[in-house]
Amino acid sequence: MVDIRIPIGLMFSIFGILITIFGFITISDTEMYQKALGINVNIIMGILMLVFGLIMLFFATRKKKA
Amino acid sequence: MLEKLELSWIDYFIMIIYFVFVLGIGWFLRKYMKNANAFLEAGRSIPAWVAGLAFISTNLGALEVMGMTGSGMKYGMLTTHFYWIGAIPAMIFLALFMMPFYYGSKARSVPEFLKLRYDEKTRGLNAILFALMTILASGISMYALAILMEKVLGWDFNLSLWISALIVLAYTYLGGLSSAIYNEVLQFFIIVIGLLPLVFLSLKDVGGWGGLKEGLAPISTANGFAADSFATTWRYTGEATSNPMGVEWFGILFGLGFVLSFGYWCTNFLIVQRAFAAESKAAARKVPLIGALPKMFIPFLIIVPGIIALVLMNDPSKGFTLPLDADHKPIYNYTIIMLLKQYLPAGVLGLGITALLASFMSGMAGNVSAFNTVWTYDIYQSYIRKRTSNEEADDRHYLNVGRITTIFGVLLSIGSAYIASKFGNIMDFLQTIFSMINAPLFAVIFLGMFWKRTTGHAAFTGLLAGFLIALLHHGLTVPEGATTLVKGGWLGTLHTYPVEMAQNFWTAIIAFTVATLLTVGLTFATKQQKSEAELHGLVYSLTPRTIVEDAPWYQRPVGLAIIVGVICLILSILFW
Repeated sequence: MVDIRIPIGLMFSIFGILITIFGFITISDTEMYQKALGINVNIIMGILMLVFGLIMLFFATRKKKA
Repeated sequence: MLEKLELSWIDYFIMIIYFVFVLGIGWFLRKYMKNANAFLEAGRSIPAWVAGLAFISTNLGALEVMGMTGSGMKYGMLTTHFYWIGAIPAMIFLALFMMPFYYGSKARSVPEFLKLRYDEKTRGLNAILFALMTILASGISMYALAILMEKVLGWDFNLSLWISALIVLAYTYLGGLSSAIYNEVLQFFIIVIGLLPLVFLSLKDVGGWGGLKEGLAPISTANGFAADSFATTWRYTGEATSNPMGVEWFGILFGLGFVLSFGYWCTNFLIVQRAFAAESKAAARKVPLIGALPKMFIPFLIIVPGIIALVLMNDPSKGFTLPLDADHKPIYNYTIIMLLKQYLPAGVLGLGITALLASFMSGMAGNVSAFNTVWTYDIYQSYIRKRTSNEEADDRHYLNVGRITTIFGVLLSIGSAYIASKFGNIMDFLQTIFSMINAPLFAVIFLGMFWKRTTGHAAFTGLLAGFLIALLHHGLTVPEGATTLVKGGWLGTLHTYPVEMAQNFWTAIIAFTVATLLTVGLTFATKQQKSEAELHGLVYSLTPRTIVEDAPWYQRPVGLAIIVGVICLILSILFW
């Protein structure tokens, strides 16, 4: 019917790219990341989500062995 | 006055992307909705892993996420009993012993199973109570989300209520149960990933697990408990007064671990509908076990942050507070969103808010799709317009009824959300009342599956009597400090429980016991109306065991159940 891994992979890849870029744009905004204990969580979570999304897409699109 | 949480453009952008994907899945699935079976039962074509994650996601509604974080703050690690002893044994039992009969009977719902095993009146009683309960639960959850968004984000109450409800309506109308299930999988990942940064940041802030235990010690001793009572699960359950939850080991083990959890996980159609939709009997048996794997780790996502919030509240330097209600008591349900506000900057904050919206949507879509099936098959098809000889026309008709019921169900939920906004206590009371059917329902279904002698008259009487006894017990007992009749005692006060949870556990224990004894007793006094041929596939002793699977041991239901059981045991020992 539908391979749900494709929309999940796509959505998290988009989230990952978007949040990583936002993390780099705001990298010098120390005040913004003060509440996150000084950690740029956007870059960390962005990369994690991108990797997760790509793994989902990889498993959804790879050819199954006969 | 609560300071509003400001969201940035990226936070809104993340929410919009999520809405687009959720609606896109519904839109993509609409072309497959050719008949009532596809719309209301997902064509029984869902893979085990998808149904398994949906099984858990349906349970992860907004009230669950908000309420369990709040409970973590009140009771500490004892709250994990709802995820370990209060869920895993029941899920294993459902998978190994009940799913073969539910799925093999070809029943389309739990009420229909009751009709096949017993009679029409038992089905009718369960169907009507269940339909009312789902609408109430859906409305209360919708109200809780809208009021939270209004108070913390400053969103208009009506706007957030209608937008979130209409999105759920759109994707369930387009793709039926399939759309609800596939979206629940998407929502599951959103909830986990959206709340993950909160867990790491808050735990790091209190100095890790060791720092958390150190922070909890003075709070525990100030409340008259042992220093580590908030960080343990079983150690201080010898007496009800020696742990923050106020319940002793027997109440936890038998009330929660057996009666309440088996009543909820094994007979609540909202949950087991996901397994009914699996692609085969073998897949249906694996659904609860696949769901059990992430279920055991959800406490680290929503309960641990609640415990951290307790430490933060008691450390003025952290500046963490909860909003207060009219009686100047903290509103524990706001714990999760106040933690998001405390730790997450723009970007991941949007992800966290989206996780809350996703939890609301998965819970509501679950309620709407279950209401849909029960209304169409168990009420409309049974009492309003029965099947005719024209199968094709019937199918089209019931598909249309299913679609109209989706709209009708969402509108009723919105209506009950508005009633909850005016008469919140009455709605809470009604939900408490209707949920009392779960314990006697489990007694009746359990006896029906494992004792071929059980009769329809006995089951109906046991179910009704168990429900009425639960009502009576609630009406004659109160938890200590209750200021409203909603909490019980509306008929008088025969007994006072130390906490509300103990009252809930004992209500379930008494209802289950009465339903069981009465059903067994009346079975001996009444005549079995069903022949053995009619009970084939519905009763354990009359159904041959034919499952032969060509899969490695760890992919078979028994192997998976052993893995799940061992992990649950290890977690219980680690946090004993």
